[in-house]
Amino acid sequence: MFDPLWKSALGLLTGIIFGVLLQKGRVAKFHVIVGQFLFRDWTVVKIMGTAVVVGSVGIYALLPSEAVSLHIKPLVWVGVVGGGICFGVGMAIFGYCPGTGVAACGEGRRDAMVGVLGMLLGAGLYVSSYPQLSGLLQSGGDAGRVTLPESTDTSPWLWIVGLCLLAIAGFAFLAWRSRGASLRRQDESRRHDATRSDEKPRPDEKPRTVRAQR
Amino acid sequence: MSNPLAKKSWSPYAVGAGIGVLSWFAFWTAGHPLGISTAFEHTAALILNAAVPGLEESNSYYQQQSPKIGWGWMVVVGVFVGSTISSLTSGDRESITVPPRWESRFGSSALFRLTIALLSSGLMMFGARLAQGCTSGHGISGSLQLAASSWLFSLTFFLVAVLTAFLVYGRATRDV
Repeated sequence: MFDPLWKSALGLLTGIIFGVLLQKGRVAKFHVIVGQFLFRDWTVVKIMGTAVVVGSVGIYALLPSEAVSLHIKPLVWVGVVGGGICFGVGMAIFGYCPGTGVAACGEGRRDAMVGVLGMLLGAGLYVSSYPQLSGLLQSGGDAGRVTLPESTDTSPWLWIVGLCLLAIAGFAFLAWRSRGASLRRQDESRRHDATRSDEKPRPDEKPRTVRAQR
Repeated sequence: MSNPLAKKSWSPYAVGAGIGVLSWFAFWTAGHPLGISTAFEHTAALILNAAVPGLEESNSYYQQQSPKIGWGWMVVVGVFVGSTISSLTSGDRESITVPPRWESRFGSSALFRLTIALLSSGLMMFGARLAQGCTSGHGISGSLQLAASSWLFSLTFFLVAVLTAFLVYGRATRDV
């Protein structure tokens, strides 16, 4: 039931670094998480995308040395898709995910603290209905612990290089778009300042400009 | 030299790269993918087992799984400690109950926000356990191993979360 002390201490150290990174990444914040799903703030995608690319290069590079091994979760169709649907609805409304919810508690956010209790209740519901659930989850079949390169019979490095290129292109696009948007905002507020003296701004323009200047 | 911990935020790319390197460390030192939600499942299982007599015999969960308090549990404690240290050193404390964007859509009732937070976080964790992972275990650790299950989970939850967010918060809410 318990890990040896050195292993628990390693877990604590790993967690502390993870917590600092999540807090400094600003993802322990409701408006950043919800903003991602409304496509107004791309922080979550930038962090997760970089983590996946950097992580995959290291793990697959270390594999031949046997310093690490893969820990693949089984592709139980009903569980993964049904779980993903529940998770997506819950996360969008809650505004934190499990890890960032715990980090949000560290920031002092009280709705996240209640969320930790809610997460325990949700986990308890899963454990107590496990005997009934396990049959249902397996009803759609189980494709096993497969990776994308295995299931397509391709090299993992093909996928990793593809992911790297996709990430670079995606991040470059986000940078280009946000630069364009801030230039447009500057332009708009300059025009607004010029017309303010002789012409009253239309009421529908006003909130947009106030927001842009903030 | 200024203390990086005193800054309120770091570049998202630096944070992402840091999490990527941290996942090498977790695989290499503990033989574990970085994850959060398994610890919640194990904690709930141990609490239920202590509270309900005879559950260990009647519920097949306890024959097939062995809940424990160990590495994964300490990761969760560590995330709380790390975030606390980080927010205290930078002064980025937000002791709020109702986030502004929520308030602009649903009003300032704390009871309503906390009730919905309790229910939605419960649904989220239930989903994470159905799929055997969350944003960390599937989204980051699973995706970086190129696991088919993790990519399917990540795409599903992201798509569903986008639809939910537009339905619930919509375009009407102001940018806060």
